[in-house]
Amino acid sequence: MGAIVAFIAVIILVLIVLAGTGAANLHFLLGVIIPYLTFVTFTIGVAYRVVKWGRSPVPFRIPTTAGQQKSLSWIKDSKLDNPSTTTGVIGRMGLEVLLFRSLFRNTSSKLYNGSIFAHKWEKWLWMGSLAFHWSFLIVLIRHFRLFMAPVPSLLHLIEAFDGFLQIGSPGIFVSGIILLGAVSYLLFRRFYIPQVRYISLTSDYFPLFLIIGIALSGILMRYFIKVDVVSAKELIMGLLTFKPIIPKGIGVIFYIHLFLVCALFAYFPFSKLMHMAGVFLSPTRNLANNSRMKRHVNPWNYPVKVHTYEEYEEDFRGKMKTAKIPVEKE
Amino acid sequence: MANIKLPKPEELSKIDHKPPQKRWMDTPAEFKQGMYCYGAKGKNLSAVDFPNARDWSPDDKDWKLPENWKEIVLEGMKERLGKYRSFHIFMDICVRCGACADKCHFFLGGGDPKNMPVLRAELLRSIYRKYFTASGKMLGKVAGARELTEDVLKELWYYYYQCTECRRCSLFCPYGIDQAEITMIGRELLNLLGLNTDWISGPVANCYMKGNHLGLEPHAIKNNIDFMVDDIETITGIKIEPSFNRKGAEILFVTPSGDLFGDPGIYTCMGYLMLFHELGLDYTWSTYASEGGNFGFFTSMEMAKRLNSKIYAEAKRLGVKWILGGECGHMWRIINQYMDTWNGPADFLEEPVSPITGTRFENAKATKMVHIIEFVADLIKHGKLKFDPGRNDQFKVTFHDSCNTARGMGIFEEPRYIIKNVCNNFYEMPENTIRERTFCCGSGSGLNAGENMELRMRGGLPRANAVRYVHERHGVNLLANVCAIDRAALPALMDYWVPGVKVAGVHELLGNALIMKGEKERTTDLRGDALPGKEGNEDA
Amino acid sequence: MNLINLLSSKKSAILKRWFDEIVSTYPDATSSFLKTQDDPFANPVGQTILHGIDGLFDELLKDTDSNEMPSFLDNIIRIRAVQGFTPSQSTAFTIFLKKVIREELKDEIKEDQLYNDLAALEARIDKMALLSFDIYMKCRETLYEIKANEVKNMTFNLLRRANMLSEVQEE
Repeated sequence: MGAIVAFIAVIILVLIVLAGTGAANLHFLLGVIIPYLTFVTFTIGVAYRVVKWGRSPVPFRIPTTAGQQKSLSWIKDSKLDNPSTTTGVIGRMGLEVLLFRSLFRNTSSKLYNGSIFAHKWEKWLWMGSLAFHWSFLIVLIRHFRLFMAPVPSLLHLIEAFDGFLQIGSPGIFVSGIILLGAVSYLLFRRFYIPQVRYISLTSDYFPLFLIIGIALSGILMRYFIKVDVVSAKELIMGLLTFKPIIPKGIGVIFYIHLFLVCALFAYFPFSKLMHMAGVFLSPTRNLANNSRMKRHVNPWNYPVKVHTYEEYEEDFRGKMKTAKIPVEKE
Repeated sequence: MANIKLPKPEELSKIDHKPPQKRWMDTPAEFKQGMYCYGAKGKNLSAVDFPNARDWSPDDKDWKLPENWKEIVLEGMKERLGKYRSFHIFMDICVRCGACADKCHFFLGGGDPKNMPVLRAELLRSIYRKYFTASGKMLGKVAGARELTEDVLKELWYYYYQCTECRRCSLFCPYGIDQAEITMIGRELLNLLGLNTDWISGPVANCYMKGNHLGLEPHAIKNNIDFMVDDIETITGIKIEPSFNRKGAEILFVTPSGDLFGDPGIYTCMGYLMLFHELGLDYTWSTYASEGGNFGFFTSMEMAKRLNSKIYAEAKRLGVKWILGGECGHMWRIINQYMDTWNGPADFLEEPVSPITGTRFENAKATKMVHIIEFVADLIKHGKLKFDPGRNDQFKVTFHDSCNTARGMGIFEEPRYIIKNVCNNFYEMPENTIRERTFCCGSGSGLNAGENMELRMRGGLPRANAVRYVHERHGVNLLANVCAIDRAALPALMDYWVPGVKVAGVHELLGNALIMKGEKERTTDLRGDALPGKEGNEDA
Repeated sequence: MNLINLLSSKKSAILKRWFDEIVSTYPDATSSFLKTQDDPFANPVGQTILHGIDGLFDELLKDTDSNEMPSFLDNIIRIRAVQGFTPSQSTAFTIFLKKVIREELKDEIKEDQLYNDLAALEARIDKMALLSFDIYMKCRETLYEIKANEVKNMTFNLLRRANMLSEVQEE
């Protein structure tokens, strides 16, 4: 159900572009106004969400400890999985953000002949998400060639690396293919694994369809329905220098691609895609397990009503004295 | 009260059909006997000034909610979104990848999809979206949002008291989303309406008024310990004289009250007493701070803080230098991650130094509270204790890491080091069921009642299954642990799933093996069972 | 070919169907997990059922009455007895096997006229079903015993002390 709604939503987005570039001739809207609006929505939206999270304090130091604590000097502590220092936390966060450490934990042991253990590869989700996020990042970075003149040498390096297969002309970028493959896998598992299907919402399918649309339109544009790259760059540079122009004859597919990208970025701050920023703020990961060594302060700590020793002794003084337990007041 | 329905004949014939598969939002919770605890009693709620104190039962249709209950819950959510970054972020960033889905022991053992951590969180998240996000307000169900109705509230109650706050899901989540945290806040919201269980609210009231969950009054604590002292004398010939509420002692000792009462907790406690005596430790028990555990933690942060305050208050009153803590699970999560923040700074105490070895416990220099397992591991390392591990040869031992000390602290090597020193036969359970990946006993977070036995058995199945493996493979017959709730809950679990496996605290094993100065030749272990090779000549 | 040989040769197909029938008594989201995860520690329910029916199937094909059947049944029923199923739901999986065999071997049974063999086998399955009721009851009794024991353990100390006191007074 959720998948259908999400799919239709993406189709409608494409139809809007078709109508806009065709009959309505809304190139300026699609090529200039919407990208500007998207930029504003994205930056303000993300900043707003992050600031809002940041305003909620972290009252308690609650890292999920995933290894040996630092205790006695002769016991080796797990510096990354149970960090007790800021360096350790940075390491842990690095592993988490760059390599998805927690997802990698999914090992499972299997019994063969009822006796011998063997470890089973259970890392499809980890591999799929890693492939997806990294290829997405590389594709995104590659696009900076459209935003920059001259193109920095680092970009050339990435492109050379990405295009190492050297097939066809223009050369195939592996990242685009991996991106499409990985995002399709992530969608596939939402359909295929019943537990995941059961928990999936429209808002889980929508970004996946959107990204598939973006990747497909991008690949089509590069390899099949060629667009005028020079004009496209002109349009983008125009946007960046606040001298927007609409060069003639870029091709509908470019507008589809651009509009879907805008949709994704505009949707970003309203959605679970915010996990990109949220992961850095997650208190179970970004705090050191050192609250016995170093006091952690709760900004809203307030005095509470307690049952004092004096009240307790009042209640039990007789019994305590009989039992020869020392009391404050005789 | 029991709503056991007999199936109609045609229902019986349909038995092999799949249950109707509707979206989870359209499937209201079905309250099944054995899956939930009795409702809280009014007197226990009012003893600690909790709102809406009244007797109620989850079986009743009318839960006697205040008229503006919905407002109270939503107001409460709003307040907590502003107070806890964890809660706010966990409501927002879940991508429903499903990595946690098959990590929860209740899902693994019971099969109810709403026990998948992600879905348990979605129960609350759907409400959050409806009332606190733009998309949820506008798009409703399409955005995964739903109205807060009485049925939804009941569902929340049912499933938030089917979570043991063990944090196993959090370990596997790529963003560290912690269902324990969400459950804790969910339960806080429910407590705003007086929706607690008898098994939790009773101990909370006891602990507040009398100092411990069991409600042991000062003389009863002393009697119980005296009783253990007598048993120790019978077994070892040594008379121990512990002190209570003694001012000027160097160390205050705090342990969960479960160790003072009931089998097999008392044997662990006997182990402590013997150890302290052998060391000649200058320490005291307290009858006021006579509870290390904290059932308040299973109701609200504020209640937990109120109960926890006694430990520092008593340490200050008695003028001790530092505090030593016994074996317990959630008690140690609290000491490690909450106590100093709530009730510190403990500037009236000194940095803990072992009076025997001189080791400074750097890792506890702020809280000034040391785990007895750390304390003892240090003693053994310095060769301060003599053991006869042969006195544990009747046992083949495996070790269960408690969830809280595993994923809220990380004490893995120390207990194993002790066990290996006091026992000759130690076997680990399979790797993905121990250490940080340990499975819960199924009874944590105040769920170790009798009326929800089916829930406990289901939830404990993954743990028991791993025990059974080492039981069958290595003949393991003793499940060691460092948690009072484990000691209370695991015997039942073993009796059902792996009969023949006993449960013991690490200090019971230590007490068995500890060679004490001037002891007579022992013929029995702390339980009074004959030692290997000493059968038939027990003391009459 | 007699029925026993036929069953042996089709064992894996029959077991698969039987297993599917059993796990389909759980919600969809659960049954798929029970089927796919083959780590016995990550999926105790699914793997116990699978091993259990494997054992039961072999036992059923043996000539003599076996001693092993109760333990295989016990492993499965012990789980279902705490999963909120009614007694009949907990034990009905034994009877599922009849349907599975009839459907899986429909053609062969008709062709080779194996009805007598089938009747004999089904009688054995019936026996297994009856046995499973006994085991179910035992599991539930254990559960109640455990509940009672917990209360007893809690008060054990008190009782012991009470006894001690009365002994002292008698002296």
